[in-house]
Amino acid sequence: MTFDVARIRADFPILDREINGHPLVYLDSANTSQKPRQVLEIMRQHNERHNGNVSRSVHTLGTEATSAYEGARAKIASFVNAATPDEIVFTKNSTEAINLVAYAGGQHLNLKPGDEIVVSEMEHHSNIVPWQLLCERTGATLRWFGVTDDGRLDESNLDDLVNERTKLVSIVHMSNVLGTINDVSRIVARARQVGALVMLDCSQSVPHLPVDVRALGVDFIAFTGHKMLGPTGIGVLWGKYELLAAMPPFLAGGSMIETVTMQGTTYAPPPARFEAGTPPIAEAIGLGAAVDYLTAIGMENVHQHEQDITAYALKALGDMPGVRIFGPSTPDGRGGTLSFAVDGVHPHDVGQILDAQGVEVRVGHHCAKPTCARFGVPATTRASFYLYTTQDEVDALVQGLDQVRKVFG
Amino acid sequence: MLLDGLYQEIILDHYKHPHGRGLRDPFGGEAHHVNPTCGDEVTVRVAVDGVNISDISYEGLGCSISQASASVLHELVTGKDAATVAGIQEAFVQLMQGRGQVEPDEDVLGDGVAFAGVAKFPARVKCALLPWMAFQDAAARAGVDVGASPEVKA
Repeated sequence: MTFDVARIRADFPILDREINGHPLVYLDSANTSQKPRQVLEIMRQHNERHNGNVSRSVHTLGTEATSAYEGARAKIASFVNAATPDEIVFTKNSTEAINLVAYAGGQHLNLKPGDEIVVSEMEHHSNIVPWQLLCERTGATLRWFGVTDDGRLDESNLDDLVNERTKLVSIVHMSNVLGTINDVSRIVARARQVGALVMLDCSQSVPHLPVDVRALGVDFIAFTGHKMLGPTGIGVLWGKYELLAAMPPFLAGGSMIETVTMQGTTYAPPPARFEAGTPPIAEAIGLGAAVDYLTAIGMENVHQHEQDITAYALKALGDMPGVRIFGPSTPDGRGGTLSFAVDGVHPHDVGQILDAQGVEVRVGHHCAKPTCARFGVPATTRASFYLYTTQDEVDALVQGLDQVRKVFG
Repeated sequence: MLLDGLYQEIILDHYKHPHGRGLRDPFGGEAHHVNPTCGDEVTVRVAVDGVNISDISYEGLGCSISQASASVLHELVTGKDAATVAGIQEAFVQLMQGRGQVEPDEDVLGDGVAFAGVAKFPARVKCALLPWMAFQDAAARAGVDVGASPEVKA
């Protein structure tokens, strides 16, 4: 199937909007993506016609809701090539998925002083703070990979960093600031040598490129629905079944039990063990529809389109005087998330002037302060692309930046 | 253009040519404030001579609004007595929290009236208030009360 951006855009009602008298140019998909009619419609249908609670009702509505909810789990499992849908745990977002592993996985690992957890300097705060807290609770030590000047993971000290004391390595698959896509094969191989678990934060990769958990050879991945055409409030933890099965619960309550007496409780097997309480049902079903949508287009095609747009944008922004791009300067091993600085103008002012022209970008530290600090800036301006992004929109960004320089010239 | 209200010439001038920038000794109180959502930072030092604020010195990293606001603060408050300063502080905070409905008094706020437009951009109100909140804390540490700390709504 040929990739037809115009046809794809027609599925996204919001893209018809005007912002401040200009056509919307949405370049903030790394923050949250827009949603196609197919996702919005299936959630509306669910709420209008099939709403019931899941996994506990014998009535027709409850059965329909359960079947749709579990159907979404199966679609997502196959989307990332999980061995079984039981390896897919629904969470609120990536942050909760990482916290789940930091708590339940941390407890399973029985961490103590002397043990080490390894992250990197290009992590989102959600892949730093849960591990800092885990280390505070257990006395374990947090260590991290550095980042090279061109925005790649610095693996030069891999063997020192990942060693016999390392219990878990948690690394971002694609950086939300630099756009870098990390080839984690060497890290995974080293972790296997020393018996450490590996988690990947796939919040920015699963939405944009084919991700196969078995080919990656890792133990856990986290991703979130709203960055991949789905709704907010639904995220995913994928974990190897035997690991999930060995982990204690995280949140406790309804749905996660096998049996409860006043004296004690036994727990349901995964994934139910980690889904206490009524889950976001319509949101899970919406995420299933998003996965259907992406699958129909093909993740290879989505990735290729974004590679083309990224190459175009790197050239267009790279040619602008006074614009400095952070991260890899070519599309090789990088995705469509492009952070930059405009000389003499603070990112907030850049974002404000772009917004006046309908161009929506993210400004600030992107919840990755250590990454910004690594490049000596408190904040950056970030344009991020998706399957609906066009070259015309990149041109609009460039024109917008010309305007920024006029105001602050 | 919509942005005219936000990026007044006066604001851009203060941003490009800040008044009184840089941290100076001696000082009676210092405060460092951060806007956690955007990472903007400002350090404000207050020197007191009797009942007068004899100097406000500052250093910061941030957008044009927060940095220009610090410059205007320095200009408005330096050399004035605590009671006058409390009035200026209150007027500026009211202006910023007025959602664009408050008519500023130029006699009280001077160049600060240029920030009237900022009040219409809720996401930027915190930027404008950042140095003023730091100033209030620094003044308190220097033993000068310039008004109760209002809840910043933005």
